[in-house]
Amino acid sequence: MEIYQLLPKTNCKICGESTCMAFAVALLGRKKNISECTPILEGDFKKQKEKLEALLLPSAGAEETGMIVHPEICTGCGNCVVACPVDVANDPKGAAIGCAPTNDKVIFRVVDGKVVASNIKECRRFGKNRVLCYACIDPCPTGAIEFV
Amino acid sequence: MATCPGCALLCDDIEVIVENNRIKETKNACRRGAARIKGCINRLEPKIAQKPSDIESAVRKAAEILGNAKSPMLFGWSNSTCEAQVKGIQLAKKLGAIIDDTSSFCQGLLIEKLLQKKFRTCTLEEVRNKADVLVYWGSDAQDSEPRHLSRFSYFPRGESRQRGYEEDRIAIAIDVRESNTAKICKGHFYRIQPKGDREFILALIDALSGKVPAYEPKKILELASILKKAEYGVIFAGIGLTYSIKDDFDILVALADKIPNFHIMPMVGHYNMRGFNENLFKETGFVNRVKFDGKVVHDNRYSIVEALREKSIDALLVAGSDPLSSLPRSLVRHLASIRVICIDPCVTMTSKIATVTIPCAVSGVESGGTAVRMDGKIIELSKIIESDYPTDEELLSRLMGAL
Repeated sequence: MEIYQLLPKTNCKICGESTCMAFAVALLGRKKNISECTPILEGDFKKQKEKLEALLLPSAGAEETGMIVHPEICTGCGNCVVACPVDVANDPKGAAIGCAPTNDKVIFRVVDGKVVASNIKECRRFGKNRVLCYACIDPCPTGAIEFV
Repeated sequence: MATCPGCALLCDDIEVIVENNRIKETKNACRRGAARIKGCINRLEPKIAQKPSDIESAVRKAAEILGNAKSPMLFGWSNSTCEAQVKGIQLAKKLGAIIDDTSSFCQGLLIEKLLQKKFRTCTLEEVRNKADVLVYWGSDAQDSEPRHLSRFSYFPRGESRQRGYEEDRIAIAIDVRESNTAKICKGHFYRIQPKGDREFILALIDALSGKVPAYEPKKILELASILKKAEYGVIFAGIGLTYSIKDDFDILVALADKIPNFHIMPMVGHYNMRGFNENLFKETGFVNRVKFDGKVVHDNRYSIVEALREKSIDALLVAGSDPLSSLPRSLVRHLASIRVICIDPCVTMTSKIATVTIPCAVSGVESGGTAVRMDGKIIELSKIIESDYPTDEELLSRLMGAL
């Protein structure tokens, strides 16, 4: 809704979406880019465009599932590595029992004291049967993992 | 696979990528461990009276200072290998010196009681495989030993705890503040007042005996019922608990008697503090605060804090520790008036005021050895890269030779 408020709200359809509301949803899902809304690039909406860019900035580095890992606040404790149900299923003799991952199928691994996400397509928030999983967010005491 | 000397968990599943004898990348080590493995930013240089020197002359000068001192003290040892600690104890014997480590203002009291077998304890592997109720008492494991919860205690699946933290384990935090560990314990966080541990234990003993506790009855009865149902419980006793009940330690023994399925484990910070306690205990029957004065004398006067307060020492050898950064300013002032010898791989606050500084290899990275994990298991340290610096054990041997 916040994104929608900053759009021109003229339902001009230049972007290819039928309404500005639909364009806002597409922006949030990173299917569309701000530059596709040509009216906002013009002078009158300069301030709104800047606000919109600032609003969408946190999702800029997000993975396909919308996951962002903030390396500056991650302590590398590895709670997410062990708690992630995909890691447990894919590496029952490594990550599942608290040890170092033994294969490349895991999503999380700790490199140089910070968590790095890979194999993101394995994440339960991705694909056809996606679920709203919080298994990596809940055990993180510093809030270094978030989804946008 | 390498062993991480970052904290007393001594994680032995670390992968290290080395390029041109430099550590390029670490895998699986937490931030604290990764920083430790990557080594010092400022390497210590051999110096005598702040003037550059070489290691040989610095060792000779150190031997001269210790040999001429009337009341020398050897302190530190928490970040040294067991081999160096044994050499340190031999040196103290030879000098008739006082020897103490950081445990005298840390977990020494608890470890002493453990080595005297006053409590039941267990290993971290047993915690992973069996424990269902985990109590973090006065301890912020999440920050002090970052991989404690993920590697051993709360999150992993174990032999008898196949469903891990989701269903099979309950984590409880008892602390004066909502620490990062308490955040993970969510519904089971019990906030107490500073120094309120004694009152809390007494109320818990009442509740476990079937009485209505005088202090927060609803919460205490709820906790007591969780503890009673535990099949294999562990109390991770942190420094907060140890400090708070140090004058009346028997109440923790009384609590342990009330909950027979529970084990107590000291939460140790420095990687080999328990190692020093065990080595000195084997030698003297005490874990710290000892003076070799013909015979073994154990007294509170021989702790670093009291020795500095009473100004009873005239020379101090510091190995594997940085007392200047961890002790109160009013006490460390005395360090400026005595001769200090610092053996450390990196520049520390103590090394900056030391009369003699002797650099050594980073143990667990540039030299191997053994260390004792927080649960008492002996872990082999690995040598990851080559270094020209002598190990602290070698330096202490040379120092003994020079005496």
